[in-house]
Amino acid sequence: MKSVSDPSDEKPLVRIRGLKFRRGSRVIFDGVDVDIQRGQVTAVMGPSGTGKTTLLKLISGQLRPDAGVIEVDGLNVHALNRAELYRLRMRMGMLFQSGALLTDLNVFENVAYPIREHTDLTESLIRKLVLIKLEAVGLRGAAGLMPSELSGGMARRIALARAMAMDPMMIMYDEPFTGQDPISMGALLKLIRSLNDAAHISSILVSHDVQETAAIADEIYVISNGHVIQHGTPERMMNSDDPWVRQFLHGLPDGPVPFHYPAPPLADDLLGEGG
Amino acid sequence: MSILLDGLQALGASGMHTLRRIGRAHLLFVAMVGGVIDMLRKPGLLIAQLFSVGVLSVLLIAVAGLFVGMVLGLQGFYILSQFSAEATLGVMVAASLVRELGPVVTALLFAGRAGSALTAEIGLMKATEQLSGLEMMAVDPIRRVLTPRLYAGVLAMPLLAAMFSALGVLGGYFVGTGLLGVDGGTYWTQIAAKIDFNEDIVNGVIKSLVFGVVCTWIALFQGYDTVPTSEGVSRSTTRTVVHSALAVLGLDFVLTALMFGN
Repeated sequence: MKSVSDPSDEKPLVRIRGLKFRRGSRVIFDGVDVDIQRGQVTAVMGPSGTGKTTLLKLISGQLRPDAGVIEVDGLNVHALNRAELYRLRMRMGMLFQSGALLTDLNVFENVAYPIREHTDLTESLIRKLVLIKLEAVGLRGAAGLMPSELSGGMARRIALARAMAMDPMMIMYDEPFTGQDPISMGALLKLIRSLNDAAHISSILVSHDVQETAAIADEIYVISNGHVIQHGTPERMMNSDDPWVRQFLHGLPDGPVPFHYPAPPLADDLLGEGG
Repeated sequence: MSILLDGLQALGASGMHTLRRIGRAHLLFVAMVGGVIDMLRKPGLLIAQLFSVGVLSVLLIAVAGLFVGMVLGLQGFYILSQFSAEATLGVMVAASLVRELGPVVTALLFAGRAGSALTAEIGLMKATEQLSGLEMMAVDPIRRVLTPRLYAGVLAMPLLAAMFSALGVLGGYFVGTGLLGVDGGTYWTQIAAKIDFNEDIVNGVIKSLVFGVVCTWIALFQGYDTVPTSEGVSRSTTRTVVHSALAVLGLDFVLTALMFGN
């Protein structure tokens, strides 16, 4: 499923080393190393609250790590000044969980927005580009609709068209399948894979939808408790002997992550003062 | 002892939290002001916000100004008539409006109508990741979203206050001459003779500009710094109105003391 990559681009597109990040007293990442290879769909998986979205925000420079280095296309993201960071972001796209469409602009203007901001293209050329992007996600006919008139799945496809507007080198997907019906999910799965291959870009897919993600990913990282538990191809991960990975990927109710939230023995609680 | 230490710790944490917020508010203000050149390249952004912040507030300000002027006309007449000074009703109404009530009441109404709307709008943009989306499109949300709103608020406030005062003077005129028998010519002549351009009107405009900066700054900061939840946006919106009202009343005293104190 890998796309053809430039032999000169052997280094990973995103290279994370020794990443440490905490929110208040809570440790989110404690020495995480990740490589996102060029031309691949790399999935980052883990239970809710493990910092998957935080990882995307760190990669895109929206958050600053406490320690460690994050390089994107050879550039140390957190050593860049604002102008350099914005130049790098012009080569990145991000699909937010909510779509993050600008609610006062219609679909066409939302997709045209980054093109208008960063180029001096003529109106007729912008129109052609926007219609091509909308056609790619199957929503050219929805160009005149407002975001409030879109379903959740349509909003994410429009957001994907906007993320593609500047022909980025990579797209980050933050929980793209959450709350989607099977048809929308199927459409998004097909789009993520086909856009990655057709446009020769790299994709980082954050999700906890195991089957869907494993179907289109080239590599999966499983993260929990601030560490990378394991990474590898979907086949390797699905056949992993690691009890934690098995529990997560196969959806087992009990295992290293206990079914019961830590509590005193039930008998103590039932026969205690409150009983 | 431990209760005392806990109390001190809580006090210190609260103080640090407040100082950080004040620091963030000032950094945001500098960033917004610095976005003026970027904004002038896209004047459509400012015009759209002038409509949203200013034009949509016109009806509220106009009606409020008219009624405040009518009440001033009634109250002023009954007080002045005790000293046989009804002829100076126009001056009393105009001076009260231009110096104080115009800028202050307009700012309070502005905070309630436009300020709360600004906070809710920016707060919801944050909660729905629209601001993060702009960041990821390499578009600075402060310059693109907040700066035009700040300048729109600063420009709209003196215009709204002028309208408030003008309609208030008209309201006082209708009540004074229509209901209470004050001579219309005297009403206007007294205003023309006694209201000083620099002393009254310019000082009133300066107050409005200051209130415009403060109210819009508070509204935008509260929205930008909100906790991105429905409860967070609700609290920020309330804080906008409360902080703006207190700031306007406090600053009004300071400005009045500076402008009219000996």
